[in-house]
Amino acid sequence: MKGKLFAMCLSALTALALYVPAARAVDASTPPDQLVRDVTTDVLNILRTDQNLQSGDNAKVVELINAKVLPHFNFRRMTSLAVGKDWRSATAEQQSRLTEAFRTLLVRTYSNALTQYRNEIIDFKPFRANAGDKQVKVGTEARQPGGQPIPIDYMLENSPQGWKVFDVVVAGVSLVTNYRGNFADEIRTKGIDGLIASIESKNQSLEKK
Amino acid sequence: MNKSLRLCLVCAAALLAGGCASVPTSDPDDPLEKINRPMFKFNERLDKWTTRPLAKVWVWVAPKPVRAWAANFFGNLADPWIGVNNLLQGKPADALNDWMRFVFNSTLGLGGLLDIASEAGMPKHDEDFGQTLAVWGVPDGIFVVLPVLGPRTLRDAAAAPVDLVADSYVARELIYHDNIRERNAFIGGRAVSARSQYLGIERTLNEGTLDKYRFARDFYRQQRRAKIYDGNPLHEYEDFDAPDDGDDQAEQAAAPQPEAQQPEPQQTGEEP
Repeated sequence: MKGKLFAMCLSALTALALYVPAARAVDASTPPDQLVRDVTTDVLNILRTDQNLQSGDNAKVVELINAKVLPHFNFRRMTSLAVGKDWRSATAEQQSRLTEAFRTLLVRTYSNALTQYRNEIIDFKPFRANAGDKQVKVGTEARQPGGQPIPIDYMLENSPQGWKVFDVVVAGVSLVTNYRGNFADEIRTKGIDGLIASIESKNQSLEKK
Repeated sequence: MNKSLRLCLVCAAALLAGGCASVPTSDPDDPLEKINRPMFKFNERLDKWTTRPLAKVWVWVAPKPVRAWAANFFGNLADPWIGVNNLLQGKPADALNDWMRFVFNSTLGLGGLLDIASEAGMPKHDEDFGQTLAVWGVPDGIFVVLPVLGPRTLRDAAAAPVDLVADSYVARELIYHDNIRERNAFIGGRAVSARSQYLGIERTLNEGTLDKYRFARDFYRQQRRAKIYDGNPLHEYEDFDAPDDGDDQAEQAAAPQPEAQQPEPQQTGEEP
């Protein structure tokens, strides 16, 4: 029953998104749970309805992600968490190059993943936070037949520009800090510049495909 | 004599140390990395030539609702053993929920094709004997990659035979009895159905990581930990930029500023 209700809400939202797109603009004052809900619903709707995106036009998906999703992420914070304590010893220039390279890596990888899972039904879990919280978790779940729903949690931090996502936790695994071991290995053997070179060359090799 | 004996000892010690150092692991929980990596690769190839193509065919021939029925069907047969594990972990209410699910879905849910129990507020759980052992206090142990079955902690590898036997009990009693061919079809079908739900995963792993094995290993271990705590693991987020930390602020001020911020001082100088 709950599923039916949700589907109805979703189609109502779809209608809204299609006919009054400007009415649901997300700005700095948007509360975190609503922000995640709006962006998720928005992106899934576009992925489901746009013909080009359905046929797997990757450039278009990345474009969509750039416009709709990226403004709500704090990539500098994400990169620092992925790198770990070596972040402190990186120069400002290394930090910005790392952030740029890691952003490119994440965006391409997860835009591919998004097109794969666009037909999944996402449920939003009840949101719990106190008024003064600087850091909150917005919980969602992807349904999967025959299995427990997969929890997808968004970690957000408050900033003058509004709430920004700095981690996505899928099935209890932080997609950001899961890179830490891998990155630490690279830094240990090749230094911070070596890590930057590794990510950049990975990005380039994928661009050619 | 004494000298040469000492030399021998030094040589032996060096050899031993060299032997230890030649294991390329940087992770104390993965001393078998040298064996695990090739096994990981072997499993990947096996998947590439068997389960993955079959799963692709399945997605191609079967419409989405049919695939959901199949997944529900296999999932339903797993619920009784999930319930037993919940009971063993001291969660009788969850155990009861799982067995009720099995009863509801097997009957009103048309033999498990439909998951009406979830709709009725009885959520699906995910438990196995490895998790039960963990709740009983058995530590993770080292990381191993089993042939066909894939990544496991040592504890979960030890629990795997128990899960395999116990999990197949219900299916054997109800579905394939002692017919070997039907049993194989059942196991194969279950694997293909499960695989078809994660067809994009190898692409994400190939494109999104620098070291696939390393990422998969860390992911597996974190995800197991989350399952053991039933989805309530605690993540601690450090602040490596730490603007309120005196040392770091000094460091940042000394470091060259990013390009975008450089022209600023000049502008402020011209303004008045």
